[in-house]
Amino acid sequence: MRTFIKKFSEKFIEGLLMLSSSVTSLTVVLIVFFLFKEGLGVFDKTAVEEGFVIAINKNNSVTELSSEEIKNIYDQKIISWSEVRGKKDSIFLFRLEDISNFYTDEQIGENFELLPLRLSSIVDSFPNIIAFFPEKYLDKNFKGKELHADKVSLSEFFMGEEWFPTAHPSAQLGVKPLILGTLWVSLGAILLALPLGLAAAIYMSEIAKENVRRFMKPLIELLAGIPSVVYGFFGLVIIVPLIQKTFGVAVGETGLAGSIILGIMALPTIITISEDAMRNTPRAMKEASLALGASKWQTIYRVVIPYSISGISAGAILGIGRAIGETMAVLMVTGNAAVIPHSILEPMRTIPATIAAELGEAPYGGLHYKALFALGCILFIITLFINLTVEFVSNRKKFNKH
Amino acid sequence: MKTKIILFALSLYTSAYFAQKLKGSDTVLPLAQKEAESYMKSNKNAKVTVTGGGSGVGLAALVDGTTEIGMSSRKMKMTEKIKLSDAGKACKETIIAYDALAVVVNPSNKVAQLTKDQIEGIFTGKLKNWKDVGGDDLQIVVYSRESSSGTYEFFKEHVMNNKNYASSVLSMPATGSIIQSISQTKGAIGYVGLAYVEKDVKAIKVSFDKGKTFVGPSLATALDKTYPIIRPLYYYYLTTFEKAVKPFVDYCLSAEGQKIVEQVGYVPLGK
Repeated sequence: MRTFIKKFSEKFIEGLLMLSSSVTSLTVVLIVFFLFKEGLGVFDKTAVEEGFVIAINKNNSVTELSSEEIKNIYDQKIISWSEVRGKKDSIFLFRLEDISNFYTDEQIGENFELLPLRLSSIVDSFPNIIAFFPEKYLDKNFKGKELHADKVSLSEFFMGEEWFPTAHPSAQLGVKPLILGTLWVSLGAILLALPLGLAAAIYMSEIAKENVRRFMKPLIELLAGIPSVVYGFFGLVIIVPLIQKTFGVAVGETGLAGSIILGIMALPTIITISEDAMRNTPRAMKEASLALGASKWQTIYRVVIPYSISGISAGAILGIGRAIGETMAVLMVTGNAAVIPHSILEPMRTIPATIAAELGEAPYGGLHYKALFALGCILFIITLFINLTVEFVSNRKKFNKH
Repeated sequence: MKTKIILFALSLYTSAYFAQKLKGSDTVLPLAQKEAESYMKSNKNAKVTVTGGGSGVGLAALVDGTTEIGMSSRKMKMTEKIKLSDAGKACKETIIAYDALAVVVNPSNKVAQLTKDQIEGIFTGKLKNWKDVGGDDLQIVVYSRESSSGTYEFFKEHVMNNKNYASSVLSMPATGSIIQSISQTKGAIGYVGLAYVEKDVKAIKVSFDKGKTFVGPSLATALDKTYPIIRPLYYYYLTTFEKAVKPFVDYCLSAEGQKIVEQVGYVPLGK
């Protein structure tokens, strides 16, 4: 009987453990599924706002416009039809609000019942018009030419250089500046944090006396506990003006400010993991090296570092991982201008900052919303790649051992 | 203040009163919170909860039916209207107050006034140096709110003639960081709500009549409508809930409610 209870309770605990691990994995799979389902939806949408049409006169020879051309037309950067494969006539812009310049309220009707007819005749009477209005006011016998809006294409999404997700009438969804911004800021962070972190790890594991180490280690780990908003505020008030003065640039909110803050934030990860790896170097190996007459420094860079290299790289990669995904601190200090960066001393916009700043007001299920999820997918793929690299690097260590 | 809200939220679960929920724009949030507090003081039976999240969040919640009133600092978009009618619902729009936007620069900047065309040129990236508008030889650094904010949208429609911002514009997550950045960057320009104007930044006089008259932002000029950059703040509610929310909406529009508008730093509706 007792053995039965024992067996039963063991099975029960086993089952419980299995259940919790499967629930966790299921949650992860569900989240990833949801992310990609929403994110890939962006390629099913058109860049022109849903429920709107863009129409031109029926005699206009232009048959299609890219979303970038539509934006430049409405920004009055393109002012002639000849710039978009048409005749040499200047473009006449028409928005729904402009209707009051042509017709009185009575002519439109109290409940806009005559509006479709009026829109149709306006588009018909101006040969150089481009009109943008809601689809529900499209007349049944519309006399103009409706421009067909294409779905967002892969190349437009990844190679486009402008990020204007809320632009009217045609949104611009080029994620290239965002991806580049993320990579620049993260790379800068790791270039700053790696040498510093490595030096600190070597000092703490090999050189520092035990009581110094016992004091320094918790202090460094404390760095990981500071909320990222505090880092962001510190960056905005201290580091941004400092960069402005030191480099004599007009704006202090630059990629460099983000890199410095992220570097500081990645330090505890790098130091803790690589210090642990170095301390795992077998005493016998170090003593053998010292016995052969090597100095302390020679032992460190010939024995300790090569032995713990996989731990050090894992720490560095996890540090980058933290830097890439960090949101709040970066949002506050990098200036968030979505331009292709040419140097680290320019404002940049990162993917996490974009998602955090824009998701709150993006209409649910719309183009902008889906585009932000697609950005989330890109970020997920980047971090997945980093985690796989960590896996690969730490596996290599096992091969070395055997 | 925070504990008050938490306590209040807890008490909601235990009480059986009909509770009204407001959700949406962070610009309207402080105003709605104050209105709700004083409304509940005078009506002991009423419960009103206010949460932020952004205009888009509030209007989406209205469609889902998770809020009774959606607060918004911009007009409802066509896509949102279509969503609402797809769900078989209709809503009403009420303007509860106005918010004046001030164009601000660093206090060391000697430029004191700009025309609408100049502001448009600066924000679309055509004008890049302060000497083009009568200032020192200094690069113009433009700060804006995030593209999702109702303020961003309003400024674009109302001041920039619907043209898009230059992509080199720096976008900041909150009004507070715009003030902070402008106060420490010499060539900076940006826009903030009237309630946020303080001594660390200088508000600029603007002209919307091609430079004939320049008007600075203040409560007085906003009230008599001589200051041109003002925007309405909205409550949206479903027609099916009209009876339930009407007393609160009416309270916000009453003289007492409009007094609170002024206290919070927004512009009352006026007569």
